[in-house]
Amino acid sequence: MATDDSTAAFDAWLAAQQRKDLLRFITCGSVDDGKSTLIGRMLHESKSLLDDQLAALEGDSRRFGTQGEALDFALLLDGLAAEREQGITIDVAYRFFATERRTFIVADTPGHEQYTRNMVTGASTADLAVILVDARKGLLTQTRRHSYLVSLLGIRDVVLAVNKLDLVDWSRERFEAIEHDYQDFAARLGIERVVAIPLSALHGDNLAEASAHTPWYEGPPLLRHLEHVAIAPRSEGPLRMPVQWVNRPNHEFRGYSGRLLGGRVRPGDAVRVLPSGRQSTVARIVGYDGDLAEAQAGQSITLTLADEIDISRGDVLCATDDPAGLADQFEATLVWMADEPMLPGRPYLVKLGATTIGASIGQPKYVVDVNSLDHLAGKTLELNEIGVCNLTLDRAVAFDAYTDNRDMGSFIVIDRYSNQTIGAGMLHFALRRSQNIHWQAVEVDKQARIRQNGHRPCVLWFTGLSGSGKSTIANIVERKLHARGARTYLLDGDNVRHGLSKDLGFTDADRVENIRRIGEVARLMVDAGLIVLTAFISPFRSERRLARSMVEAGEFIEIHVDTPLDIVEKRDPKGLYRKARSGELRNFTGIDSPYEVPESPELRIDTLECDADAAADRIIACLEQDRVLARED
Amino acid sequence: MPALTHLQRLEAESIDILREAVAESERPVMLYSIGKDSSVMLHLARKAFFPARPPFPLLHVDTTWKFRAMYDLRDRMARESGLELLVHRNPEAERLGINPFDHGSARHTDLWKTQGLKQALDAHGFDLAFGGARRDEEKSRAKERVFSFRSAQHQWDPRNQRPELWRLYNARKHAGESIRVFPLSNWTELDVWQYIFSEKIPIVPLYLAAEREVVRRDGTWIMVDDERFRLREGEHPERRRVRFRTLGCYPLSGAIESDADTLPAIIGEMVRARTSERQGRLIDNDAGASMEKKKAEGYF
Repeated sequence: MATDDSTAAFDAWLAAQQRKDLLRFITCGSVDDGKSTLIGRMLHESKSLLDDQLAALEGDSRRFGTQGEALDFALLLDGLAAEREQGITIDVAYRFFATERRTFIVADTPGHEQYTRNMVTGASTADLAVILVDARKGLLTQTRRHSYLVSLLGIRDVVLAVNKLDLVDWSRERFEAIEHDYQDFAARLGIERVVAIPLSALHGDNLAEASAHTPWYEGPPLLRHLEHVAIAPRSEGPLRMPVQWVNRPNHEFRGYSGRLLGGRVRPGDAVRVLPSGRQSTVARIVGYDGDLAEAQAGQSITLTLADEIDISRGDVLCATDDPAGLADQFEATLVWMADEPMLPGRPYLVKLGATTIGASIGQPKYVVDVNSLDHLAGKTLELNEIGVCNLTLDRAVAFDAYTDNRDMGSFIVIDRYSNQTIGAGMLHFALRRSQNIHWQAVEVDKQARIRQNGHRPCVLWFTGLSGSGKSTIANIVERKLHARGARTYLLDGDNVRHGLSKDLGFTDADRVENIRRIGEVARLMVDAGLIVLTAFISPFRSERRLARSMVEAGEFIEIHVDTPLDIVEKRDPKGLYRKARSGELRNFTGIDSPYEVPESPELRIDTLECDADAAADRIIACLEQDRVLARED
Repeated sequence: MPALTHLQRLEAESIDILREAVAESERPVMLYSIGKDSSVMLHLARKAFFPARPPFPLLHVDTTWKFRAMYDLRDRMARESGLELLVHRNPEAERLGINPFDHGSARHTDLWKTQGLKQALDAHGFDLAFGGARRDEEKSRAKERVFSFRSAQHQWDPRNQRPELWRLYNARKHAGESIRVFPLSNWTELDVWQYIFSEKIPIVPLYLAAEREVVRRDGTWIMVDDERFRLREGEHPERRRVRFRTLGCYPLSGAIESDADTLPAIIGEMVRARTSERQGRLIDNDAGASMEKKKAEGYF
């Protein structure tokens, strides 16, 4: 470190600074294991505490400390108490420190609540995990849970920090028994390297310096191990670079910018672009301070190609001799992170690399019990549940298995309505090669049918509470359309339930599947040139959006038949509300299952304001205005 | 090829964040406060989009009370980078003549900066704004996301943040909502200074020690930067060798006495200040740190 400001001394110090590499790790354990004390002491030993932090710690230690005159390092990170008062959920916090050789970013995930979600988040960017065990307690259920999550996220290096060894009289036997048990367990999880270290975080034993209490321990103290542990470089695999940004300052220059997620690249290297499969060679690696001769995984670069080919954001440049896979259906492990459970078949968005794409998730093949690691049956995934599911994307994308490349095989799931990140997943393998599916081209197409029919096809999607008048109005509309020579078909809720969907019940998951089937049938009928009328409660926005997405823009007309609940309950034409109120009927929309009101339907029919016949006329006027039908004069 | 150093990894991550944010937004802007972090962020942006210019304007939410040297650097950097510079001054604050002497730092900061920022974002319809905040600045920042969602009222809800995994940032939002993006989230103060040094990034000279006209006030040195400065009774401007650790409105920015007039010297001073603290010396009240905090509250 520079103790004087002479140029030579500073240069030497700076050179050392600039040779430092970066290790990102996660600490796993609860406050009881001494985790806060451990992190606090690491920050202190590495001289990473700022003046004001240390001053605050001294004050807090005197006032609230449990360690007499000594500093209580747990207090350093227990801004947690304050955060709790402020009502901030404690999830993932990042801490920074540096030693002579390395800089470190620690993901700290305190607390028991939301543990899976938070730990998975912290582990996703970590190279290594420090798993804390209380020497008195040995391996606990939570140790297994932490280790499973660490292995699931692809971390291959683990430090087993056997803490509080002072409380078992520095017992070598105790330490070795715990280490032995853990090695067995870790091997089964695929954790390749485990280094066990006997510790007392409270007293600083084996933290920065070897402890006099453990002469039998020959390994390095924790900080020295973290400084020296080799991190597997990610540049060994084949070249992967998702294109984030096409750089076009003028007509002469066309560069492709992105983070190199695997391998190395030099000018002259052959690359294949996925999904198109086109090939070219790298012309230049363009840098702000001049062109680069080579780049390696982890770098953000801009390169140009020898040939003019069409490449856009989301495409992936790959090594020609070892390209990424290309598929639209996968098996994947999914971690669910939202209060609302995962619904098989519901349309979600998935972000993978630089691509955001429509997706749906199948029913879990199994759900993992994170404590026992048992595989359980499950129809859905709840918050903090982990399961293996099939994932279907709207089109094929380039990918690698997560175990081969963490950045090419990871994805997040985004809710289409709230835009929240609601899940995260890791790809295992493609279910089939998407190249094998082709659409059958047909000669008599939709345009031909439109010409013959004399009107355009569309879906009139009636949605509203049970008894709101959907079927009544839809019937009148169909009768009037038929009288004008239009080709129509009415899909009615009750009728579909007798056939197409008779295997489905009324759970949320089944409702989603029911709407998916109806949407699919409606899509075929629109292709056949018909005006399709559907009368279903269809309570969820996302399913209506799914149905809308199945047909072309302008072909979906959402009609909200808006009758207040107290009115339909009074009408109760089928006696269903009475049954639902008495508990005889479960999951009934409006009573114990939600109805999500359409936010911007093409039409809203207020049945208190107009009768069914007037409503039908309004709908037909709307079709004329949208030029589905020719106007009748 | 040697493995990437920590600064190379931080740089690559920041560039990744900048590009991703631009690709996923319709109308991005970079909040430019002219401080050292802003300087690094602007430099990274120029690298990220080279040879093109960064495809967004710079926004300076002005208080009219910055150091003159800051305005100089601001105009020079806008010229050199070729980026459009938008300067917003809250008209309400201008009308009321809000200043740190009559209205106190809290009101001054809130009206000029916090309200001013919201006005500027709304007026231009920006849906994404880059900020230079770092996670090592304060506890609550340690858990803010790199892509941090804001409601249509510019509210941050720390209880309802989107999980952020791998390098998959979720920038989706509805009309009216926006995202704040912090490309320097994982940088420390020392990283910032090292990077400024090795990349030769222009900074405001006030960070370096020089003789300046100052008065002693509230345990720190305040610079008399222009004729608007109001001396309290008994205050006499004197010339001292001082430098600033953080920069804001000049009447609210405390300087420290220092001889560090080169980057190596200030980095050396910073490193030594930390080590000496460990040896239990008395702590000088650092007004710079409290200014940093105000900035954080005001902006973020």
